[in-house]
Amino acid sequence: MSYYEDGGFEVVIGLEVHCQLATRTKLFCSCSAAFGAGPNEHTCPVCLGMPGVLPVLNRHAVEFAIRAALATDSRINTTSRWARKNYFYPDMPKAYQITQYEQPYCEHGRVVFDLDGQPRTVRLTRIHMEEDAGKSVHDLNPKWSLVDLNRASVPLLEIVSEPDVRSGAEASAYLRKLRSIVRYLGISDGNMNEGSMRCDANVSLRRRGADKYGTRTETKNLNSFRSVERAIAYEIERQAEILLDGGTIVQETRLWDADRGETRPMRSKEDAHDYRYFPEPDLMPLVIDDAWIERVRSQMPELPDARRARFVSAYGLSDYDAGVLTASKELADWFEAAVAAHPNAKSLANWIMGDVIRITNETAVEGEADYSRLPLTPAQLAGLVALIDDNTISGKIAKTVFARMIESGDDARAIVEREGLVQVTDEGAIVAVVEQVLAANADKVAEYRSGKDKLFGFFVGQVMKESQGRANPASVNRLLRERLAG
Amino acid sequence: MTALHELPIEEASRLLATRKLSSRELVEAALARIEATEAKVGSFLTVTADLARAQAAEADARLASGDATPLTGVPIGLKDIFVTRGVTTTCASKILEGFVPTFDGTVVERLRRAGAVLVGKLNMDEFAMGSSCENSGLAATRNPWKLSRVPGGSSGGSASSVAARQVAGSFGTDTGGSIRLPASYCGVTGIKPTYGRVSRFGVIAFASSLDQVGPLATSARGAALLLQAVAGKDPRDSTSIDAPVPDYLSSMTPRLDGMTLGVPREYMIGGLDPGVDAAVRAALDRLKELGARLVDVSLPHTEYAVATYYIVATAEASSNLGRYDGVRYGLRRGEENGVREMYGRTRDAGFGAEVKRRIMLGTYVLSAGYYEAYYSKAMRVRTLIRRDFEQAFRSCDAIVAPTSPDTAFEIGSRTDDPLKMYLSDILTIAAPLAGLPAMSSPCGFDEAGMPVGLQLIGRPLDEAVLFRIAAAYEDSTDWHRRVPELRA
Repeated sequence: MSYYEDGGFEVVIGLEVHCQLATRTKLFCSCSAAFGAGPNEHTCPVCLGMPGVLPVLNRHAVEFAIRAALATDSRINTTSRWARKNYFYPDMPKAYQITQYEQPYCEHGRVVFDLDGQPRTVRLTRIHMEEDAGKSVHDLNPKWSLVDLNRASVPLLEIVSEPDVRSGAEASAYLRKLRSIVRYLGISDGNMNEGSMRCDANVSLRRRGADKYGTRTETKNLNSFRSVERAIAYEIERQAEILLDGGTIVQETRLWDADRGETRPMRSKEDAHDYRYFPEPDLMPLVIDDAWIERVRSQMPELPDARRARFVSAYGLSDYDAGVLTASKELADWFEAAVAAHPNAKSLANWIMGDVIRITNETAVEGEADYSRLPLTPAQLAGLVALIDDNTISGKIAKTVFARMIESGDDARAIVEREGLVQVTDEGAIVAVVEQVLAANADKVAEYRSGKDKLFGFFVGQVMKESQGRANPASVNRLLRERLAG
Repeated sequence: MTALHELPIEEASRLLATRKLSSRELVEAALARIEATEAKVGSFLTVTADLARAQAAEADARLASGDATPLTGVPIGLKDIFVTRGVTTTCASKILEGFVPTFDGTVVERLRRAGAVLVGKLNMDEFAMGSSCENSGLAATRNPWKLSRVPGGSSGGSASSVAARQVAGSFGTDTGGSIRLPASYCGVTGIKPTYGRVSRFGVIAFASSLDQVGPLATSARGAALLLQAVAGKDPRDSTSIDAPVPDYLSSMTPRLDGMTLGVPREYMIGGLDPGVDAAVRAALDRLKELGARLVDVSLPHTEYAVATYYIVATAEASSNLGRYDGVRYGLRRGEENGVREMYGRTRDAGFGAEVKRRIMLGTYVLSAGYYEAYYSKAMRVRTLIRRDFEQAFRSCDAIVAPTSPDTAFEIGSRTDDPLKMYLSDILTIAAPLAGLPAMSSPCGFDEAGMPVGLQLIGRPLDEAVLFRIAAAYEDSTDWHRRVPELRA
């Protein structure tokens, strides 16, 4: 049973996504923004918040941000301002975060995506730039918490949606599209499990048909698409149960616990921080003029929707297939690399959408296939399809060869040659096998000739078996028919 | 001949360049003077004698090779707000006691490159918050003209060291008057340049939208040489201005013919100490004799300047001082009971009363529900104050006024009344709110023998005009040449 269904509720969801920008250096100093260095190796007086330091804006980060604005049809504000968000935390070195508050650099965008084959639009309230905090480590030492400031001042985009999302599945689809966009733009890894894309979900319920929003909760710590869906589902039911019991929802921040599969209160509105925002006096207002926007626009990479349309027109793929192949930039790049090596796009698309994706899904983590590590190269798959297309192997043998390729990492041609899988097209050789089979099964030949047509498949099978599957199937069919016709 | 420690910078510079004097001699004279007078004056938090001797040797080598600048070999002091690599930098706060930075700020870097010799770090009001230098968390500084009196603040040590001829020049910072007020109280020349003229990188922040670095010296020319060496765009400070720095010395003229000086009526009425009033009026007459035309101007929003300042400056300070939390550097207390208690106990033990008061004020004015009424409104008033000056500068080239309504007061006489202390800055506070360059030049003494300062306020980036007026005035007077006797 479901309190939500029973109660006639409608869920209203808004999402706040933090997306780490993949710039070479940090937002306000020239330290490396790369992931994975030893603790505090990527720090300097500026990102350590030493006395007397000042921030200097990384203009590459702004270019990345402009790309995101353009890709989401957002309106870019010519002048935006930096603000300080003040709070104490050991991994926040200056005791304030430099962010954008009253005047973000862009507003009023939208993200269009498919949900169950239907196009959906989620409007964006705003996107703004800000710096990340460092990381506190509490479990390495029994007495001390440790602070790693490598991440401090790494650039982030905060993408705030309007409350347009109406289900957990829709939230997940929106996030996948957002991730696809930032990856296409080359501005972020978009990895939720590594924290380069993080999501907070604002969830509230109202009676169907009501126009006022209900009280919302904000759920944090959603580090996978699955967590987003599960946490929202949990929160919907939790709120529905309270409302059905005549209770009221407390406006609060809640934390998703993936192990227990529940959200629990983190802080209520009453102990919400007063961040004392005010304009950052150390930075000039950010001015993004038309010339800058046009320069970025002229260098924009192709976006998922454009690529999907191109796959339909250039490769003759169905819209559905094009959608599957372009949902991930890595997969679409992979497909096009294969097509470049062997121009049978349809066959390559079928192989990728069938066998390649199946193999990749077997290694997926949290239902997330990682297309950046496909088990073979585009050229290898192209080589396999080329062997089918020039009749070197049959489609059936190709399945075997594909499995061997995954096991060994070898090229198709090497496997075919090593294992003697080359298709036999020499009619003389096939005739010899056919005659051998017919001679050995004289009784079945007589039955066939007396009208038992179904036995034809038996003869084909026997010939293929004798030839270890290598005989060209078309030749086998034709020669058998001729001989059996007697 | 003048004693070495009494040489103004421009003269010392000439003697060094012509090899009539070595940096070693000059620096030894400064160190000896500090040794002899420091117990009375207390200008320094740190004397860097070893560093100074090493830098003097380098300077002499540079001077010998002909690769020198006007500051090569000249001993100077720095307010302890400047971040100096390898030299303790405290901002006169217990929270930074013993803190040794790993980098040089831009001003320090430019001074090192010019070959200036650092003899020490100077006392100040803690985090530059104060008008008397009495808020130093680490030491007491006295006025060389009368040791029972304050030197002014916050750059108290920067002014007292120059007045006592421990150094011929120093650097301070001015947020609401912190260079000009002590310059006036100590009888030396001090200039707060246009906001953005000098990089703030490596200057410990008090109020970021107001803080500005400037020199103090025994002469206008000395101050000009010091500013010349550090002014100009710095890529590490986004608020620094990208504009050429004129040659200040070459813009000086013996007379001021053709120049119009505005006297703001709001600065000259009532409340002025009679000694100040008399000295400033005499100075105005002298400026007229030098060819300047005097006109009345009005700055109608002057009465709101102090209130506006104490909202904007405290708001920014409350944020800027958040980083002193005991986590990464400086004082740490109470770590055994978790991070929240560590924050509280560290900041309680590390900050003095005035700093705490301003952090609380600033936190209050930025709080949800109060932001509009205080901070937002203060920013709008700030715009009105800026417009007052724009309007005034339509009819004059620079503004002349007293630097302070009074002269240096007795130590301890205002410490119980923060508001009265805040009013010491009443005449200096508007210029930084408008981002304008402003200067204090010695213009006489009151009946008690305490120096009076003449304030000059210029259009944005018009430091050269202020130097020109101050130099012409100095050349026709000898106030700046008088040396205090360090009497009790």
